[in-house]
Amino acid sequence: MSALWLAVGFWLAAWALNVWLAGSRVSQTRFGKALVPLIFGATVLVLWEGLVRGLGVAPVILPAPSVIAAKIAVSLPTLWQDFAQTILKGAIPGFLIGAGAAFLVAIAIDRSPFLQRGLLPIGNFVAALPIVGLAPILVMWFGFDWQSKAAVVVVMVFFPMLVNIVAGLQASERMQRDLMATWGASYLQSLVRLRLPAAMPFVFNGLKIASTLALIGAIVAEFFGSPVYGMGFRISTEVGRLGLDMVWATIAVAALAGSVFYGLITLIERWVTFWHPSQRH
Amino acid sequence: MSQPVIEAKGLNLVFQTADGPVQALKDVDLVINQGDFVSFIGPSGCGKTTFLRAIAALEHPTGGTLTVNGMSPDEARRMRAYGYVFQAAGLYPWRTIAGNIRLPLEIMGFSRAEQDERTERVLDLVELKGFGKKFPWQLSGGMQQRASIARALAFDADILLMDEPFGALDEIVRDRLNEEVLKLWGRTGKTIGFVTHSIPEAVYLSTKIVVMSPRPGRITDVIDSPLPRERPLDIRDSREFIEIAHRVREGLRAGHQDD
Repeated sequence: MSALWLAVGFWLAAWALNVWLAGSRVSQTRFGKALVPLIFGATVLVLWEGLVRGLGVAPVILPAPSVIAAKIAVSLPTLWQDFAQTILKGAIPGFLIGAGAAFLVAIAIDRSPFLQRGLLPIGNFVAALPIVGLAPILVMWFGFDWQSKAAVVVVMVFFPMLVNIVAGLQASERMQRDLMATWGASYLQSLVRLRLPAAMPFVFNGLKIASTLALIGAIVAEFFGSPVYGMGFRISTEVGRLGLDMVWATIAVAALAGSVFYGLITLIERWVTFWHPSQRH
Repeated sequence: MSQPVIEAKGLNLVFQTADGPVQALKDVDLVINQGDFVSFIGPSGCGKTTFLRAIAALEHPTGGTLTVNGMSPDEARRMRAYGYVFQAAGLYPWRTIAGNIRLPLEIMGFSRAEQDERTERVLDLVELKGFGKKFPWQLSGGMQQRASIARALAFDADILLMDEPFGALDEIVRDRLNEEVLKLWGRTGKTIGFVTHSIPEAVYLSTKIVVMSPRPGRITDVIDSPLPRERPLDIRDSREFIEIAHRVREGLRAGHQDD
């Protein structure tokens, strides 16, 4: 039981420390701003560890963080292979193809009201299909390897991107478009110099939503057929073998990859849409 | 000097709206000569903005004729015959002030060197020298509007159309900018069309005041101002000024009694 009390003691101490930090001048500095959430994260891990050890929780229900970390340390080659298969080959190409296709279709829709009435409902229809129904079909079509996973990701990413880009292309103000007209600008000039920059806040909203969808799609699609590696494959087989420490290790990798992916998009967004009121500092 | 630049004959413009057709302009006849400073004044709905937008080919008349430099407004637009200043500055927030002024020059295919040279010159003209690298949201409303005027001047069109450019600014800034616009007009000899709903502004600026009234939008009076081209701010206390202002006010009131 002593592990439990130690953990609770650590929790209370860290709590007090954070309360003190938040009120002090340290919290105004860059260092302080990073320190407070780090202490909080460490507290969660210590409390988790203490609870699992102190209460003797079965590893199948919840393995301790130290056990998961040890598992990660000894399975690095496997985890890397899974990561490369699912994220680098499945999620990212699917994400890029889906977003790119949505962009081209959005331009086509923008040029033709006929397509707007025709293509948006079809896109909507595809987006409404449940992924658990779609994934087996796409696995049949494109095979067990990463191509079918990328295809699932394309389908999942396409519609939210399309809707956001179409909305973004209409986001410029009428006066700004009138100005382009008074200068005798062509469609392309007006698109590149006005409507695409004005659409960027919408595009990045779409990209952020799509980044999490891409990860989910790539992992879940592997449940319906995959080679003997990949994060989705790992999760479904290790659950069957009660290797929950490996499942948690894979989840940790997925969480890390998702956060890095999302963070990267946010960084690019800050750089591209620095002018938007939500980004000005 | 008195060459006609803009000619409207029997101009009609009807908008089709959900509530049925709205006659925005009815039988408008007007000649604007080169170098004129013409103000359009009237209550909202009188068609003053619509007329300016029709000159700029942003609206399309449903009847009558309208020519700009002897061409149709659409041809004149493609020939880049005019610069247009809207009620709000409408600067693109992702471009610096200089980048905004350079934008029409890029679109019209000026060389890089000429873009730089012209941007510098018009920034100087509107007294924004040194602000080229700022972004629009870092400047006050008055400065933004001056930048938008600089943008309209950059490609040196002979006609400048301004739609209540200072409507959203306070009185003091407005006086300053009015003075600057007059100076600019004196220096460049451009033909200016200026929409306003302020009587003093119209009288102070114009060589020709067009009084309009609503439902349907039409011209009720055209006043050729006897004021000299040189106009210090205190000309607004002179007897002539007050007489013209009175006539404008009478014209506006007459338009309203027809309702």
